[in-house]
Amino acid sequence: MNNSTLKKFFSDNVREISLILVIIVISIFVQLRSGGNFFTPENIADLFTETAILAILAVGMMMVIITAGIDLSIGAIMALAGMIGTTILKGNQEINPVLIILISIVIGTLCGMINGALVSKLRILPIIATLGMMNVFRGLTYLVSKGSWVLQNDMSRAFLNVATGKVFGINNLVVMALVVYVIGYIFLNFIRTGRKIYAVGNSEESAQVSGIKTERILWLVYTIMGAIAGFAGILYVCKFGAAQGETAVGYEMNVIAASVLGGVSIAGGTGRVQGVLLGALLLGLLNNAMPLINISAFWQEAIRGLIILLSVMSNSLIQRNVEMKALRRRNI
Amino acid sequence: MAKQVIQADGTRIIENERAFSWKRFMFQWEWMLVLMLIIVNIINISSSSNYANFDNIMNAMRDFLDKAIVVFPMALVIVLGEIDISVASIMALSSVTMGMAYQAGVPMGLAIVIGLLVGTLCGFINGIILVKFPELSSMIVTLATQIIFRGIASILLETGSVGGFPDWFNSFGWGKVGSIPIILIFTIIEALFFVYLLHFTKFGRRTYAMGNSVMVSKFSGIKTNKIKLIIFTMAGLLAAVAAVFLASKMGSVRPDVAKGYELDIIAMVVLGGVASSGGKGKILGCILSILVIGFLRYGLGLVNVTSQVIMIIVGTLLIVAVAITNLKSSFGQAKWVKNLSNNIKGVKAQR
Repeated sequence: MNNSTLKKFFSDNVREISLILVIIVISIFVQLRSGGNFFTPENIADLFTETAILAILAVGMMMVIITAGIDLSIGAIMALAGMIGTTILKGNQEINPVLIILISIVIGTLCGMINGALVSKLRILPIIATLGMMNVFRGLTYLVSKGSWVLQNDMSRAFLNVATGKVFGINNLVVMALVVYVIGYIFLNFIRTGRKIYAVGNSEESAQVSGIKTERILWLVYTIMGAIAGFAGILYVCKFGAAQGETAVGYEMNVIAASVLGGVSIAGGTGRVQGVLLGALLLGLLNNAMPLINISAFWQEAIRGLIILLSVMSNSLIQRNVEMKALRRRNI
Repeated sequence: MAKQVIQADGTRIIENERAFSWKRFMFQWEWMLVLMLIIVNIINISSSSNYANFDNIMNAMRDFLDKAIVVFPMALVIVLGEIDISVASIMALSSVTMGMAYQAGVPMGLAIVIGLLVGTLCGFINGIILVKFPELSSMIVTLATQIIFRGIASILLETGSVGGFPDWFNSFGWGKVGSIPIILIFTIIEALFFVYLLHFTKFGRRTYAMGNSVMVSKFSGIKTNKIKLIIFTMAGLLAAVAAVFLASKMGSVRPDVAKGYELDIIAMVVLGGVASSGGKGKILGCILSILVIGFLRYGLGLVNVTSQVIMIIVGTLLIVAVAITNLKSSFGQAKWVKNLSNNIKGVKAQR
């Protein structure tokens, strides 16, 4: 009995367990190669802080990809929300940072609602709709900023402390990421609306037939993604101490990569919060570790791409294997 | 596009040739594009006195046609129901290898051939991965290879650049035959080739069939893998050709060349009426949409509209265009549903 439950646990969590193994192997390798520079409290804290924003975004992207969609506009939404938030801050230094963050979330939500309406109401393919809106949001960012930057000097101390401050010795960003993950986990596993997202992703038609308002779910998913992108955008700007037109260009690709590494299938319907967290961690680990073992910056991009490619390919090989086994078990 | 008529006894008649109808002829997406092109040109002419001039228009074309070279193979990729995000990175990698070969002392002609071969190889790699792993979506594969190809380009050249190409190479991108730019002549020949390929050959018909359903095409005896491989390889090759023109225009190559081009190229294809779900679209639409976006950009640039506003306009145009085609097709679907329900009613009445 015990043996079979253990077996079931392994077969249910193949993806997560293999990710943990990969993370452990890479960590040990880097620890040995870097002469013990990896497992230091500072570096580990650094690793988590660097990964927090990526991880937050990956939760939203996971929901979008579960519905068989994609959102290419999040980098632009991040830039727009961060820019508007800090521009307001620049004019009134006294504003509470929480209010600034809320404003950015609202802006992100509005952007997400536009994406959602295009995808769900006008039935535009997500890649095209978000590609177009990416241009629009990025253009708006330049218009808001009039081509200039909002720099660290223009931001109030209290605001900058959001990214550097700590709660119980843990960086605020990491705490926020954990909160987002807990909410995401509960939402996707125990809330009816969250389960409906999976239903829509598996088959929109069957979901519709079973009485799920699929349009509303699609709209919701993109709106949540927008809200998360707005939130992450202001954190990003806060962390790097600068808002500009080029903020987070191409960041969407990192987020998609983290989700896919975490086992979210582009075809929709599958993906788990814990997997995505590990995927984001793995990507963050690679970013953190490659400089430590003196891989030149020029190699890092290619290696990252190769790892994404190999992971999706090995993933589909595992999947094929599982399906073959299932067929064999039924003697077909 | 064969039309299916479901008869009362359940047998289906598939008509190969539809009768010509003026209504259908007039309600084509291409007319919309022609209208857009006319509007864009009227606005351009009225806003700038320098615009309506043969030389200026030729110069404008020389500016935007390097993307157009990749639009046609991308149209085939999208008709297939796939997407290729890696084309801009292939442009970067092939132009970098071409530059480095030249720097290493290879004669320019041979260096160009090396660049073209590298581009073809990149496209082939995309194709072979997609053929071997049919369950992977082309978006995620080309997303990864996009990072890899540009990554290799920056490993090769780091932050440097290669320039100092021979004069004949530099004059190639800016050059003209008479008063017509070389790149325009090349693009016209390419466009004609693709019109022939997609609309008048078996290969083209099979591409459409695969865009509608890969599974059905496979069971109908189409070598789907071969077609997919050829189309992705072709996209790689033509991206390399575009890279040669681009390198020649700029006079030097860098690893970050053509960054973000893939989005413009996809936008041109989709605005041209190629359905991003596959199986639909014409090369003529792509030609028109290249001209619409190209002249729109050029005209807005002439009246000093900032590039940011141009970004917003192009993005909005893309979405509006797709939304309109979607509305049209959902209308068609409703009609189709109505026909079907009428048929069912007919069957019930007979009983």
